[in-house]
Amino acid sequence: MTIEEKQQEIISEFSMFDDWMEKYEYIIDLGKDLPLIENELKTEDRLIEGCQSRVWLESKMIDGKMNYSADSEAIITKGIIGLLIRVLNNETPKSIVENDLHFIHDIGLQEHLSPTRANGLAGMVKRMKIDALKNIS
Amino acid sequence: MSESNKKPFSVREIREEFPALRQQIYGKNLIYFDNGATSQKPQMVLDAINKFYSKENANIHRGVHFMSQKATTEYEESRKRIQKYINARKSEEIIFTKGTTDGINLVAYSYGELLQAGDEIIISAMEHHSNIVPWQMLCIRKGLGLRIAPINKKGELLMEEFEKMLSKKTKLVAITHISNTLGTVNPIKEVIEKAHAVGAKVLIDGAQSIQHTRVDVKDLNCDFYVFSSHKVFGPTGIGVLYGKEDILDRMPPYQGGGDMISRVTFERTTYNELPFKFEAGTPHIAGGICLGKAFEFLESIDMSAAEKHERDLAKYAEDILDTFEGLHIIGEAKNKTSVVSFTVDGLHPFDIGTLLDKQGIAVRTGHHCTQPLMDFYKIPGTVRASFAFYNTRQEIDTFVAALEKSISMLK
Ligand SMILES: Cc1ncc(COP(=O)(O)O)c(C=O)c1O
Repeated sequence: MTIEEKQQEIISEFSMFDDWMEKYEYIIDLGKDLPLIENELKTEDRLIEGCQSRVWLESKMIDGKMNYSADSEAIITKGIIGLLIRVLNNETPKSIVENDLHFIHDIGLQEHLSPTRANGLAGMVKRMKIDALKNIS
Repeated sequence: MSESNKKPFSVREIREEFPALRQQIYGKNLIYFDNGATSQKPQMVLDAINKFYSKENANIHRGVHFMSQKATTEYEESRKRIQKYINARKSEEIIFTKGTTDGINLVAYSYGELLQAGDEIIISAMEHHSNIVPWQMLCIRKGLGLRIAPINKKGELLMEEFEKMLSKKTKLVAITHISNTLGTVNPIKEVIEKAHAVGAKVLIDGAQSIQHTRVDVKDLNCDFYVFSSHKVFGPTGIGVLYGKEDILDRMPPYQGGGDMISRVTFERTTYNELPFKFEAGTPHIAGGICLGKAFEFLESIDMSAAEKHERDLAKYAEDILDTFEGLHIIGEAKNKTSVVSFTVDGLHPFDIGTLLDKQGIAVRTGHHCTQPLMDFYKIPGTVRASFAFYNTRQEIDTFVAALEKSISMLK
């Protein structure tokens, strides 16, 4: 599936929810399911400091595809990270850099990505793209 | 002002004055429990803002024309109204600022100019960043010592430890009247007396107090008292520094510009008198006038009844929250206002705040600009519900149910 197809899939999943609490219930479940990253990987250089909750991101390139794992102290943030990883994992650095992540906006979660939201998510998306960019040779 | 000739306190009637409270967000009736961050505005303040810009807008202190004189009069009337409300001796002692932060920076810079290397400033462990950082900057600039008066786990100032810190070197004590994170009401009258006994001046951070309790600067005998308009039902962008006249007179100006001068030549400039010496440039005229309106509104309220209502709300909420498993109230001072800060084991405050928001409830989460205080409690932050006199028990019931739901979703 392409990045765009994965985004469309998430948008259609979210269109089934009637209200905010259902959406968040789903996001929280995603957050709970997301594997934690090991404590020894929670180092300064992987840390994206948000004002309220800290986020750690680990990026690797495997067989020409990006592979991300991430963690956050806040479960809702983790759930949204889960969505981002689902969209971006196993994609080439080039397609990651080129694609616009519009699904966050389309499912109504853009407030979490605002730079002033201070949960580290905006910084994380930027870091995911920068890490991909570093792997374009 | 006697409380007895005021209208009896009625939350229902007061709520009608606040249009912002009658909104729905995400399809739910708004419950506004973030009054510590900023208060909502009564209709008379909103009307005054509209009226100023539609009919009275003019610059002040410099125009011969009708509108300028009218605006000047209203601005100065507002100053007098605030002076009376806080019982300052003279209106010259009321300096308009941008807010609490601005007032503290003014004192840190200007009073700081009178201090010398080796002098000491004392603040408390529960201060807002606004009452920490300006002093740190001053201490670096002038080589002063900054000392931190400790607190106990309940969030109360350790008076004996504070007294031990006082010495001839102490030139200023800067302390909050009420903690924005814990709700603690500090024994500031005692602090002021003790500080004065060693010759130190005292600045009271009043950002969280006038909206909850009567403040009488003469009775307190504080040297400086600062607050923000936006937390006392007035507009943003304006606030007040009260200072005793003799001290303000000795302090050099903070910023230079128009209005603050008496005569300018390229060789030498002489400064204007108080309060204008500290009010360089065109001020927030509408803000000053409408802050006066906010005080007119406050004058109509029986504040002792309002304070009692707010404390009842906090007690009511805390008694229920105490029964929640794994929930810890942060800030259990004996003398406390209507702030309820808490953590829940295993849950991040941000998650709780996000879910409450989606249920129509505005609270604040995080460190509340008191990071050293969070370090003291070894927590990343709290969820804080802060009540104003327009809040109700029914709102707390709704909040409690929403909190229960949020916790069960997150667990
Ligand atoms: C105790 C205390 N001091 C200072 C401030 C700063 O006020 P302002 O941001 O209006 O300057 C606040 C506001 O949050 C506060 O609660």
